[in-house]
Parts: sequence; structure tokens; C-alpha cells
Amino acid sequence: MNEGKNGWALEVEDLTVAYADQPVLWDIDLKVPQGVKMAIIGPNGAGKSTLVKAAMGLVKPVAGEVRIFGRARERAEGAIAYVPQRATLSWDFPTDVIDVVTMGTYGRLGWFRRCGAAEREDAHTALDKVGMTEFARRPIAELSGGQQQRVLLARALVQDAPIYILDEPFQGVDAPTEGAIIEVLDGLAGRGKTIVVVHHDLQTIPEYFDAVLLLNVRAIDSGPVGEVFTEENLRLTFGGRVGVLAAAGAGEV
Amino acid sequence: MDLFGDYTLRLVAVGSAILGATSGALGSFAYLRRQSLLGDAVSHAALPGIVLAFMLTGSKVPLVLMLGAGLAGWVGTLVVRLIVSRSRVPYDSALGIILAVFFGFGLVLLTLIQRRADAAQAGLESFLFGQAASLLKRDVVAMACLGVVALALLLLLWKEFKLLSFDPDFGASLGLPVRRLDGLLTLLLVVAIIIGLQTVGVVLMSAMIVAPGAAARQWSRRLAPMVLIAALIGVFSGVSGSVFSSTIPRMPTGPTIVLVLSLIVMISIFLAPHRGLLWRSLRLGGLRSAPDLDPVLMHLYALSHQHPDDPEHGHSVSVIRTMSPANAKVDAALERLADRGLARQTADGGWAPTAIGRREAQRILEREAGEGG
Repeated sequence: MNEGKNGWALEVEDLTVAYADQPVLWDIDLKVPQGVKMAIIGPNGAGKSTLVKAAMGLVKPVAGEVRIFGRARERAEGAIAYVPQRATLSWDFPTDVIDVVTMGTYGRLGWFRRCGAAEREDAHTALDKVGMTEFARRPIAELSGGQQQRVLLARALVQDAPIYILDEPFQGVDAPTEGAIIEVLDGLAGRGKTIVVVHHDLQTIPEYFDAVLLLNVRAIDSGPVGEVFTEENLRLTFGGRVGVLAAAGAGEV
Repeated sequence: MDLFGDYTLRLVAVGSAILGATSGALGSFAYLRRQSLLGDAVSHAALPGIVLAFMLTGSKVPLVLMLGAGLAGWVGTLVVRLIVSRSRVPYDSALGIILAVFFGFGLVLLTLIQRRADAAQAGLESFLFGQAASLLKRDVVAMACLGVVALALLLLLWKEFKLLSFDPDFGASLGLPVRRLDGLLTLLLVVAIIIGLQTVGVVLMSAMIVAPGAAARQWSRRLAPMVLIAALIGVFSGVSGSVFSSTIPRMPTGPTIVLVLSLIVMISIFLAPHRGLLWRSLRLGGLRSAPDLDPVLMHLYALSHQHPDDPEHGHSVSVIRTMSPANAKVDAALERLADRGLARQTADGGWAPTAIGRREAQRILEREAGEGG
């Protein structure tokens, strides 16, 4: 792993976010090394989604700084490919699969320009990687949950960004989709991309990820899974609610 | 009968067509962004603007009144934003408040100036329900100019507005100024509304915004056809409403246009393929008989525990059938589980859960345990 100022893909410093005077994130410090697969875990309301949104500037913090590859976030446009939570989108929108995937090229297209053959080509390649080629012209209203998630992942792949941030990509998807997503993420990590995933299934942490952030409004701990994914830390993060399940997951490390 | 030989009717028909096209196209976006009520609030909020513009300038030139209407409507949307960001009042309530307060204020102003001795204000109340017959050539020219500018901006920023409507967070992550785009799209909606005020009036204008988009969505699966169909529905309602009202004595144009539009909406909601109520009630019968996969997967999982050393040992369909309710479609469910990689047929014709299927079953158990506790 790269060390030093330029080895960090993503740095969060003293980040505090509040909604209506209620802090949802309190004084978060986080350093994500380049090429790592990091999970963000924590109970409901821990601020997991808010943290990734703040990292991308979608949520305005009360205080704190975000740096991407050592530069201020505002000057690192296009460095992050974002996969939002599937359930927050309106899947009744009148469009088809290939059109959604093509949206990943809008950032590099710039204002007023329309998508050309090159963009459509990129979109088809990405769709192929998530095994959805035959669904290209399917209206998105007709997709299953797993297919929706694959489409969103394909859209992010089109961006070809150095950092990928995924918010709950395994929520409510079928097992084959989960496998397909993991395969794609492993491939990305293999090419030196940095991956941050808001995750809820403690059992799969050691198998899927190599780093973890335990979050509950405050950052409880972060680092390699082997070092920080401990029963003690889980108890600090989830309180008394962490059951046998989590203990089993942590015990295997 | 030479309907279109009549100069006034021709003017009214052209004006209504422009109004229908702009409100249909821009209203589609309001519909998709679940901002139908915004159109209602803006058009009602325009009333005090019209009356104030007249009181300040003493002029009834449409462009002056349109400007007043547009400013008041725009201020209305800004106040809604302010209320939502500074208080805990939800968006729809804020819209309702603005609608009532602005419209009430407009009615008060209207009543006040009607008490004046001079009759210069006569006709202002026609902005309540519109008065198409009062359209002059210069009004239609003004409407056309505004409409062309609004539609040109919509086409120019098509992909940005599409992204804003479908997934604003993703748009922002690409670096799009979503707040400014949101403001611009709302401004274009205000323009579409003031184009229609003289013809349809502040009370019925929201129908022109919401209805074409709602009807068009029923007939289309992609955005461009939807917006085009909505614009065409708007044009058709505008022109046919003008013609109907001119053939029947004392029939007001604006309400007739809205009635034609309502008819189209009703037909669309009932009859459209795929999304229409008729189609869906026919389809739903089919959906209800789809096999339920989870119980069959759980049975397979339970059976696999009988052979701890060989979880892929095949189990016969008849065993699973005895475990299931009589009406369960076990064979269809097994086929589907195989399609999804959760189960597979063994060499001896039995069925076994795959490794993925066993993990999925494990997860269903945990989820159910979680919900129970």
C-alpha cells in the first residue's frame, strides 16, 4: 500500500455534518489508501450514506475537509464514480437500460453535446461486463432489483474513474447478482481502482473487503479488516444489538 | 363551414397550440419530477403579479401583465424553497401555503381595483378563467417568442434536464450544477404557465401543465417520445378546444380546452397498452399465478441438511411437492430457481440447491429471524 500524502485516494478530515442541528456525522477522520476495497459499516442512522455523499460534495458539511488524491475535492471532478442506493431512484422513469448506462458518459461529454457512437460503444461494453447485454433496450420499469443494481454499476463503469463509491449495492439483490458485482469490484481493485462500499452484511466483510470503517456518527475505527474488524469494535459500533451473527463473522478473521 | 377562415378563431387556435406545446413539453418534466403541485402553485401565485403590474403601470398590455405574472410566480417558487430550507414545513404544505396566500392576495387586489370609479381595470378578472377571444395578434406573437425560447433551452439542455429528473445525486457527482439547473427548469415552467394565463386563466392552468404529461406517460416508454406526445396532446387539446368553443355560443375557450384534455387523460389511463388500467387488470391475473420461489428453495435447503456430507444430493420432486401446499407450482418454481442459479437438477432427475442457493436460503432465514426479533 502506498504511504505518504499522495498514497491516499480519499482523505476526510474533521468532517461534521448536521441535519436541522442534529449531528449525523461528528468529527470524522478517514484515510482510504489507493487500490483498497473498503466497507463502511454501522447501524441504521450511523451516517454511512451521508459520509459518502459528503465525500462527493452532495451534502454540505458544517465543518471539515475532503481531499481526493491529495487535492481539494472541488478540483477533482470526475475522480469518483458513484452508485447511489437503488431504492432512492424512481424506476418508473420513462427510459431504457442503455440510456441509463450512457448517463455515465455525461461527465466527459460536457454541456450541450449529445452522445455519439463512441459513448454508446462504451455503454454496451459496460453492460456486457455486468451480464446485461440482452437487456439494453428494456425499459427500466421492467427490471428486477438485481438487474437495476447491475445497470447502476454499469453506469459507473462507463465513467472509468479512479475511485468507486457504492451505496448498499447488495441491498435486496439476488445471489447471482451479488456474485457478479463482487467479481466486477475485484476486477476494478485489481486494476488499482479504489473501492468504497456502504455495506450491511457483516458476515461477508472478511470475504469481500480488505479494509473497513466502523461508523456510528463518530468513526469508531478504520483499517485493514484483520486488525479492526473485531468483536470489541463491533460492540462499540452496534452497541448491544450485535448478535451471534456478527460475532461469528468477526470470529473467522 | 369554413372554421379556419375566421380570423379570431385562427388567432385563438394558434395561440392555444403554442400554449399546448410548451405546457405539454415542460409539464412532462414537472410530472416526472413529482412537481405537479408546483405548476398549480405558480399559476395561482401569478394572479397578484398581474393585478400589481396593472396597478403600477396602468397598462393592460399583455407583455407587461405577463412580466408581472412571471415575477410573482417566480417569487412564489423562491418563497417555497425558502420555507422548505429554513423550516420543518414539508414541500407540499409549503406549496399549498404559497398557493393560498398569493391567490388570496390577488383576489383582494382584484376586488380593491374593481371599486375604482374609472373602468380601466375592466377585464382583469378574465385572467381567473382566461378569455381567449381577447387574444390579439401581438399577444400571440409574444406567446410564440416565449414558447420558442423555452423549448429551445429545453432541447439544448436535454440530457442535463433528463439526468436532473432521473437521478440528481448522480448528476451532482458528475459535477453538474444541479441546483442551478433545477432553478432554470422551474423558470421554464413559469414561462410555460404565463404563456397560457390569458387563454386558460390562473385557476385551470395547472391542468395544462400536469395532464398532457400524465396522459403521454401512459403511451410511451422513453423520455423523448413522452415529451413529444405530451406536446402533441397539448396542441390537439388547444386547437380542438378553440374550435369547439367557437361553434357553440357562449362556450368559454379555456375550460373547453381543459375538458378535451381531461377526456384524453381518462382514455389514456384506462386504455393505454402496458400501463393502462384495462391492460394491467388483464395482466395482473397472470402475475398472481407466478410461482413463489422462496418456500421451494427453503424446502430444498432443509432437505440438503439430511446429507450434511453431500449437500448437492438430489431430492425427488414428489418429496418437495408433499412439503408444499397443494396449489403451489413446484415444477415451475424449480425451473425458475435453476434459471437463477439457485438450484440444479441432478443426474438422477432429483433437485438440489446450489452453493449460491444454500447461501440465499441461509440469508432468508436470517432475515426472517431478524424481523421476528
